[in-house]
Amino acid sequence: MDFGLSEQQTLLADSVSRLLADHAPLTRTRRFAEQLEARAEDVWQAVTDIGLPGLVIDEAHGGSGLGMLEAALVAECLGRHVAPLPFVATAVLAPLAVQCAGSPAQRAEWLPRLASGALVAGAALAELCGAREDAGVRLEGGRLFGRALFVLDFEADVYLVASREARLFMVHADAAGLSRQALISIDRTRRLGELRFDGVAAELLPGSDDARHARTLIAHGRVLHAADTLGAAQAMLDMAVAYAGTREQFGRVIGSFQAVKHLCAEMAAALEPCRALTWYAAHALSALPAEAELYACHAKAHLAEVGSFIARTATEVHGGMGFTDLLGLHYWFKRIGLNRQLLGSAERAREEAAQLQGLC
Amino acid sequence: MDLSFGPAYEAFRAQLRAFIEQHGHEAPERVDLRAPRTLAWQQELIEHGYAGRTIPREYGGHGAPPDILEARIIAEEFARAQVSPGLAGQGIKMLIPTLLHFGSEAQRRQFIRPTLYGEMIWCQGYSEPNAGSDLASLRTHAVLEGDHWRVNGQKIWTSTAHLADWMFCLVRTEPDAPKHQGISFLLFPMSTPGIEVRPLTTMVGDASFNEVFFTDVRVPRDSMIGQRGDGWKVANTLLGFERGMLGDPNNTLMRFNALVELMKRETVDGTRLIDNPLLRERLMKIQGRMLALRANDLRLLSAGVNDTPARLAGLVVKLVGTELRHELEALAIDALGEIGALYRGSPLLRDDGMWQQHYMYFLGLIIGGGTAQIQKNIIAERGLGMPREPKLA
Repeated sequence: MDFGLSEQQTLLADSVSRLLADHAPLTRTRRFAEQLEARAEDVWQAVTDIGLPGLVIDEAHGGSGLGMLEAALVAECLGRHVAPLPFVATAVLAPLAVQCAGSPAQRAEWLPRLASGALVAGAALAELCGAREDAGVRLEGGRLFGRALFVLDFEADVYLVASREARLFMVHADAAGLSRQALISIDRTRRLGELRFDGVAAELLPGSDDARHARTLIAHGRVLHAADTLGAAQAMLDMAVAYAGTREQFGRVIGSFQAVKHLCAEMAAALEPCRALTWYAAHALSALPAEAELYACHAKAHLAEVGSFIARTATEVHGGMGFTDLLGLHYWFKRIGLNRQLLGSAERAREEAAQLQGLC
Repeated sequence: MDLSFGPAYEAFRAQLRAFIEQHGHEAPERVDLRAPRTLAWQQELIEHGYAGRTIPREYGGHGAPPDILEARIIAEEFARAQVSPGLAGQGIKMLIPTLLHFGSEAQRRQFIRPTLYGEMIWCQGYSEPNAGSDLASLRTHAVLEGDHWRVNGQKIWTSTAHLADWMFCLVRTEPDAPKHQGISFLLFPMSTPGIEVRPLTTMVGDASFNEVFFTDVRVPRDSMIGQRGDGWKVANTLLGFERGMLGDPNNTLMRFNALVELMKRETVDGTRLIDNPLLRERLMKIQGRMLALRANDLRLLSAGVNDTPARLAGLVVKLVGTELRHELEALAIDALGEIGALYRGSPLLRDDGMWQQHYMYFLGLIIGGGTAQIQKNIIAERGLGMPREPKLA
C-alpha cells in the first residue's frame, strides 16, 4: 500500500518547478500577459527540451509514456508558477485523443510531432460541457460547420474538435474555411479563443464513434484544471503566510494576530485534502476506470470552491497591496478564476457527479 | 501509487470477514458496558485477536506486532458489517497505551487485563472549569502527606465518570514549578471517599458528561504513572491518539450513504428529496469534501505504513472532519423539514432521531478535543510555521 508520490514523480515535479522558476519568472509572464504574446516561444522551448509535450505519449511514438498522475503534477507546477504555456490541450487532450481514438496511420502522423513539441494543439471541447451562445460543430457532407467557443490552448497549429455528437476530429489551423477569433479572458497567462467552421475539411478519429472517448477526455481536462488550481492556490497560501510573517502593523507582524492566523489556517485546512483528492483523481484516470469520471467531477468542483476561497482570502491577507498590480497576486487569482469556469462550472460538474451515481 | 494491501493482508481480511459472518450475531446491538453479552463479545474478540491485538500476552492481549494495515482492516470490516468492534473506552484507548509506555511492571499487571476485558471501567480527569483549552493551567492539586496524596479540586467534561470504577487524573503536585512541569498523573478508584460525581446534561439530552469534585481524597503514594512532575508529558503523548480519532472520514462515508438512502426514500409534495436540485447540490458538495478527506486519509495511512511525515495532512483532520460531519447531519434535517425538528419519543420521527442527535453531538465534537479555534492555532503555528501570539507584558 503506497498512496503517495514515487521518487521519480517527486523528481519530475521538482525539475519542472525549477525550470519554470528559471525560465518563466513573474517578469516573463507579465510580458506575455501585457503584450498578449501569442506564444512564449522561449519558455515553450525550455519545456520542450525536457520532453514535457511528450509526457503521456507512448514511447513508440517518441513520448515518455507516463500516466495522468505525472501530468497532474506538471499541471500543478504550471499553476504554481502561473506559467504562460499551452499544456492541457497540447500535451494531454490532443495526444490522448489521437492515441486512443486515432487510426494507426493517424497515430504515426500526429504523435511524434506532438511529442517533439513541433506542433502545438488546441482543443475545442467546451460544447460537450454546456453549449453557450448556441455554439456547436456539426458534420455535413464530410465537412465541419458551426462554431466552437472557449478553445483551449488557442494559439495552436492543429485543433482537436468535438462535434455535437461527441465525435472527435483533427483540424489544421490553416484549413480552408476555418476562421479564428481570440477571446480575452481574465487570465492572460493562457490563450483562449473561438473557431468558426464553414465547410472545413477534417480528419475523423475513428475510435470516437464511441462517445465514451470524448467523455473520458473531458474528465482528463477537469482533473488537470483542478491540479492547476491546486498549484495556484498553494502559491497564494504560501505568499500570504510569507507576507503575514514580514508585514508589521501595531508594532507586530500581522501573522501573529489570531485573526490573520486563522484565515491562513482555514486556507491550509481546505487545501491540504485537495492534494490527496487530486492525486487520487489523476491516478484513477490511469488505473481505476470505474471511479475515474466521478472523481474527476468532484476534483473539478471541489478545487473550484477551495480555489476561489483561497484566491479571495490570500488576497485579503495582503491587504490593499493584494488588490494592486504591484505584487502580481492577481495573476494567480485570475488563473484560479478561469480554471473554475472551463470544462463545466462547479455546479455542472456536481450535477454530472449526481447523474453518474444515478441520483438524477 | 499502489492502493492494494497485498495478498497477505487480503487473506487476513477474508479470515476476518468469515469470523464476522459466523459470529457477528453474538455481538451486542448496543454497547452496554456492564452487560454480560458485551463482555462475552469482548472476550471472544480478544481470543481471536480482533481486540487487544497488539497488547502483549502477559497482560492479556493477543501479542501481535503493531501493524497499521491490519488495524485498518479490522476497523473497516467491522464498520462495513455494522457489527460492534468491541469496547473502545478511555481505559482501552488511552490508559492501556499510557501504561505500556510509562507504567511500572506492577501497574501493567494490575490494570491492563481487567481494563481490556471490560471489568475495570475508567474515566479521564483532565479538563477543569478554568482549564479547558489551556489544559496545563489546571488547579486540582495533590499534596504529599506521608504515604498518601491528598487531592482537592474539580474536574469537568468527565465522560463516563458515573459508570467508572477508576479515574486517571492530572493533578498539580509541584505548585512552584512552571505550569507544564508541575503536573503529575494519578490513578485512583472512584469509590475513594471524598469524590462526588454530578451529571452534566448536554443538549443531546444525555448525561454523558459529569463534573467531579474532590474533597480531601486520599490516594496511596505509589498510584502515580511516571515521576512527579511528568504528568504533562504522559498525558500529551496520549492526546495525539484522541485527536486522530475525531473526524474520521470512514465513519462519514457510512452516514453519507445513509443520507442518500433517506433522500431517495422521503418525499415532499410527492417528490423525492433527491429530486430537488438544491438539496442534491448540497449533497454533492458534501460528497466532494468527503472524497477529499477520504483521499487525505489514504495519504495518512500510507505515511503511517511507510513512516514518513504528513504534517499538515494530519493536523487538519479534526477541524475539517468534524465540521463536514455536522453539515452532513444538518442537510438531513433540512431535507426532512418539520420532521427534522422532532426528537426522541415523537411520532413521525425518522431513524430514531439519529440525524438530530448527531447534528447536536457533532457540534460538541467541534468544540471538544480542542476547539476549532485551538485547532486553527495549531495548524497555523505547527503546520504553517506562523508566529505565536505574543505574551502579554
